[in-house]
Amino acid sequence: MNAVREEFYFYTKGLTVGYQGIALIRDIEIHLRRGEVLTFIGPNGAGKTTVLRNIIRQLKPLDGVIVLDGKEIRQQSGRELAASLSVMLTERIRPERMTCREVVESGRYPYTGRFGKLSEQDHQVVEDAMRLVHAEDLASLDFDRISDGQRQRVMLARALSQEPELIVLDEPTSFLDIRHKLEFLSVLERLARERKLSVILSLHELDLAERISDKIACIHGDRVERFGTPEEIFSCGYIRRLYEIEVGNYDERTGTVELPAPEGRPQVFVLAGNGSGIPVYRRLQRQGVPFATGILWENDQDYPVARMLAAEVVGERAFGRIRKESTERAKELIDGCREVICALRPTGEMELYPEFGELLEYAKDKISG
Amino acid sequence: MRDNYGIAFLLLIILTVVFLGMNLCIGSVNIPLSEVLLALGNRKGAGISRDIILGIRFPRALAAVVLGGALALSGYLLQTFFHNPIAGPFILGISSGAKLAVALVMVLSLKMMLRPGSGTMIAAAFAGAMLSMGVVLLMSRVMDRMSMLVVSGVMIGYICSAVTDFIVAFADDADIVNLHNWSKGSFSGIGWEDVAVMSAVALTASVFVFLLSKQIGAYELGEAYARSLGLDVMRFRVLLVLLSSILSACVTAFAGPVSFVGVAVPHLVRSFFRTARPMILIPACFLGGAAFALFSDLLARTLLAPTELSISTVTAVFGAPVVIFILVRRRKGRTG
Repeated sequence: MNAVREEFYFYTKGLTVGYQGIALIRDIEIHLRRGEVLTFIGPNGAGKTTVLRNIIRQLKPLDGVIVLDGKEIRQQSGRELAASLSVMLTERIRPERMTCREVVESGRYPYTGRFGKLSEQDHQVVEDAMRLVHAEDLASLDFDRISDGQRQRVMLARALSQEPELIVLDEPTSFLDIRHKLEFLSVLERLARERKLSVILSLHELDLAERISDKIACIHGDRVERFGTPEEIFSCGYIRRLYEIEVGNYDERTGTVELPAPEGRPQVFVLAGNGSGIPVYRRLQRQGVPFATGILWENDQDYPVARMLAAEVVGERAFGRIRKESTERAKELIDGCREVICALRPTGEMELYPEFGELLEYAKDKISG
Repeated sequence: MRDNYGIAFLLLIILTVVFLGMNLCIGSVNIPLSEVLLALGNRKGAGISRDIILGIRFPRALAAVVLGGALALSGYLLQTFFHNPIAGPFILGISSGAKLAVALVMVLSLKMMLRPGSGTMIAAAFAGAMLSMGVVLLMSRVMDRMSMLVVSGVMIGYICSAVTDFIVAFADDADIVNLHNWSKGSFSGIGWEDVAVMSAVALTASVFVFLLSKQIGAYELGEAYARSLGLDVMRFRVLLVLLSSILSACVTAFAGPVSFVGVAVPHLVRSFFRTARPMILIPACFLGGAAFALFSDLLARTLLAPTELSISTVTAVFGAPVVIFILVRRRKGRTG
């Protein structure tokens, strides 16, 4: 216990959260060092927000403790906690006639006096926070007149102007397009690295969670089913189980998702490799045509997508030779198909490996396009 | 207007002073400004006009200033509390609750041949306001749509008014006229003693409101953010309810229910000052309420002279369109 206290800036022990005395998630044990990013993932309605609301003391835990910098948060005064922890929530605020700067300035609340007048230093912190999220230009605009992406940035600046050591964000990327998601998370990452800011957030985007997080906590059923590094979480089909994915597929190594593969005997054979197959596979999937493909090395970019979408993949071990059996199997499949698509470019692989030429020759009557 | 708050305040003060002057000069007997100033300067020689001004018009005008300001502030607090720009003591039925309690106390004491003091009236109004407020709060937990909340507030208002009318019907003939005027809302018949009491109560409450500026600002972003900034939200909400009830109770005790000032003035002031800063809005609402009440009372007294209109008739004519405007604009903002 002592070791934990010294090592971790933030941790929970036996934390149980829920509503009206009914436990929703039990025995949460998570911990975080300064400058680390912890992400909660889990299906919709799993209770990510509930856990976060307990961490920021907006809900009272049913049991257990939450410790921030060696002190239980329940024993801190509102102002004390506000000076080390700031938040960004999902609820959309609609203040009337407040400029973005005024919204950001509200983060200085714990530091100002009776009437909330900002000192020179307070103004400096506000300016810095806005610059950090690239929101300087928004300063004098009305908060209810800007876009969702801009709003998220201003709210982040607001949280930062509170000068927290830990920032808690509930699904901060939900309203953002892909460009703003990347920008937003890169700001967080930089703050964690450069200012040793600890970050706890919840995310829907698994690929982003995997990339930004030092630790990931997976909420499933009534507990944090797994807690660990992204490498530990994104392996062995765990994500599929966590989200109970029954339709379609998720590849943990690349973070790609695919819609369900067409069912039935392969009707088309795709000669592919080196990424040339992916668009063809997806087109066939959309058309609902079951297909087989090959010959793919396991380290080919086409391989994970082929595994998810093709009825059969003729595969070879990474960097291995093409075995005779593979060529034979490919020919058998070609025999069963009404059509063969060659996605391979005429140079490169085809010249290096005579097997490709052999298959092409074998299938020449069925090749289309 | 942003960052030019000084000029805006100056304009508002000038407006208030001009209306105050007009209220003193204009009436059944028009008194020139020079004579008014003479009377206020307490010089001899003004005669009857001195009595009119010091005995009737000046206390009445001061009451309009204090009560108008109190009403606007009360509305401002309720709008903050409900995060709803059309909340106000009249619309939510709080004024009517206070009216009911005051009417009850008045009729009962008249039956017992007592003349209730202004303190008693304020206490009764406060009790009634809190009661209505309690009902509104209970309903606000069930209804998350602000329009529904307003509709139920209006219904509470109707119920209370109906019961008040019922009670008034039981009063003795001689008292009815007085009570009837009051229950429709009027600044008439207010004396210096009343002005002293209402000023003490309303101004003290207003100072407390001003001291809450910082907290009100934090609350603007919603409860969750306010709490995350270290604000004791429970305590703050209780203070908001108490202060807004005291302010509207004070108004009702002396002038009866006055409609729409609480909604219209904060909105107009926000548009005029173009800010949400409580430090600015609180004094501006008070001044704006004072000016609006003076203006309305002037019209109430003079439009159909010698008959007096009820103050609510006038405030409704100017205030209700503002409410409609707010609703239309919000609807547009949501769909567009």
